[in-house]
Amino acid sequence: MSIIEVDNLTKYYGKARGIIDISFSVDEGEIFGFVGPNGAGKSTTIRLFCSLIYPSGGTAKILGKDCFKHGPEIRREIGYLPSEVFYYDRMKVIDLLKYSASFYGKDCTKRLYELAEIMDLDLKRRIDDLSYGNKKKVGIVQGLLHQPELILLDEPTAGLDPLMQRNFFKLIREENEERGATVFFSSHILGEVQRMCGRVAIIKEGRIVKIEDMKTLQKDNYKKIRVTADDVDEKRFDVDGVRNLEKDNGAVSFFYVGDINVIMRIISEKEVSDVTIEEPTLEEIFMHYYE
Amino acid sequence: MNIYKHEFKMHLKSVITWSLSVTALIAVYFSFFPSFAQDAALLNEMMANFPEELLMAFGMNGIDLSSVLGFYSFVFLFAQICLAIQAANYGFSLVSIEERELTADFLLAKPVGRTRILTSKLLAAFSSLTITNIVVWISSFGFINMFKGGKTYDTKPLLLLLLSIVVFQLFFLTVGLVISLLVKRVRSVTPFSMALAFGMYVLSAFGGMLGDSKLEKITPFRHFEPNFIIQNAAYDVPLVLISVSAILVSLVGSYLLYIKRDIPSVV
Repeated sequence: MSIIEVDNLTKYYGKARGIIDISFSVDEGEIFGFVGPNGAGKSTTIRLFCSLIYPSGGTAKILGKDCFKHGPEIRREIGYLPSEVFYYDRMKVIDLLKYSASFYGKDCTKRLYELAEIMDLDLKRRIDDLSYGNKKKVGIVQGLLHQPELILLDEPTAGLDPLMQRNFFKLIREENEERGATVFFSSHILGEVQRMCGRVAIIKEGRIVKIEDMKTLQKDNYKKIRVTADDVDEKRFDVDGVRNLEKDNGAVSFFYVGDINVIMRIISEKEVSDVTIEEPTLEEIFMHYYE
Repeated sequence: MNIYKHEFKMHLKSVITWSLSVTALIAVYFSFFPSFAQDAALLNEMMANFPEELLMAFGMNGIDLSSVLGFYSFVFLFAQICLAIQAANYGFSLVSIEERELTADFLLAKPVGRTRILTSKLLAAFSSLTITNIVVWISSFGFINMFKGGKTYDTKPLLLLLLSIVVFQLFFLTVGLVISLLVKRVRSVTPFSMALAFGMYVLSAFGGMLGDSKLEKITPFRHFEPNFIIQNAAYDVPLVLISVSAILVSLVGSYLLYIKRDIPSVV
């Protein structure tokens, strides 16, 4: 079952581009990565899901219901963590979280304290006394305390220290595996997307350029090959399917897509001292789409 | 109900400040009444020497400052200015504060519709204003009876005057709200609310001076002119209806605009 179904979703802010003709769907239980640089339209998409803004065209459905017609009903099942967190400064953390819980018509107290414990959050402090990272923790707790079916994360880790990032990812994984929550994870930090997500959509200037399984994206696309040899001639490798050919320090490195036997033959034509063939990191795949 | 409670708490401090300020204002001004009442003849002679335009600007033409209600209507005008600023403050900040302090993403991502959010916020602001309203009633009766000396007064015009506060507040609350939704972003509330409150006051004052009846028709300072209500023991009904219509139009407009509004994002 699709938890999110987006069809030709378009948003213009006046004349400024938000997103254009975006279509994709996210299945129940997935951790879906949404990758792109700042200003590509990631936040716009997520804000449309929460109907904080209204679309210029197209539709978005969550749990089978139209986001803009059944907003309140859908948002009951959404946990949203915005990229920048701002809360009522004069409130205490615990009061804010209780206020947040009061919207869901169920008792979230137990989960609230559990989450605060996991994220090491001091509940008695005032919001305006908190550091940015601590505010982010408040955001995480308020987004998860009602045990939502769909978790929308908009660049969630900015401001969290590495230890907290680890706790956070563990938490999200538990939400996903133990409760079956679907996670929509927007980020420009590719390492974390690579670790967490099963599928990714790559968004560029408001349009989706690629939606792919993480594994396929890494495997079927490019190989990162590095050949070391005495007196290596890089011109030999300049064949179809090779890109970013570089020579440095007696070694040639490049990306290759195509029949692996072809490149193997070229490599073995002459004596080599070392060969490495790697799957590219998401970072490298990503750069490819943005070049 | 949870939004209402939250909003009401957020207003509480400001309500207390405004209520105490208006009380202090009424107390200080009205404490001068005994000396004014004593030298009634002298005072009225002095008033007659002021230029007509000046008296009109303060809504004081034809006023008898030596009578309890005549003097009170003069004090009430200043209370009205305070009430207008307070109500306009709440109106302009009602929705814009969430966007300025970027808490709108929090509130609007919760499972509530925008209509309910706006209704709760309006009711919370209105309740807050009503507290100030009640304080004005109490302090008005209190200080009038404390300082009136041997003088007497009719209760009816005073009641009419005090009853007008509720419409007066609603005017500035709703007009402020609709303006805040019409402009792209309210960066700071004070300039807006000051402009609306004093603008309306000046229109009423200058309208009086120039004898131009068109401009003054839009300002609640004229719709509920204390001098008129005290002297006639009645409202100027057609003018009051203008206030009421302005409130209704602003309310409907606000709901329509807010329901369709794109919440500006942080960056």
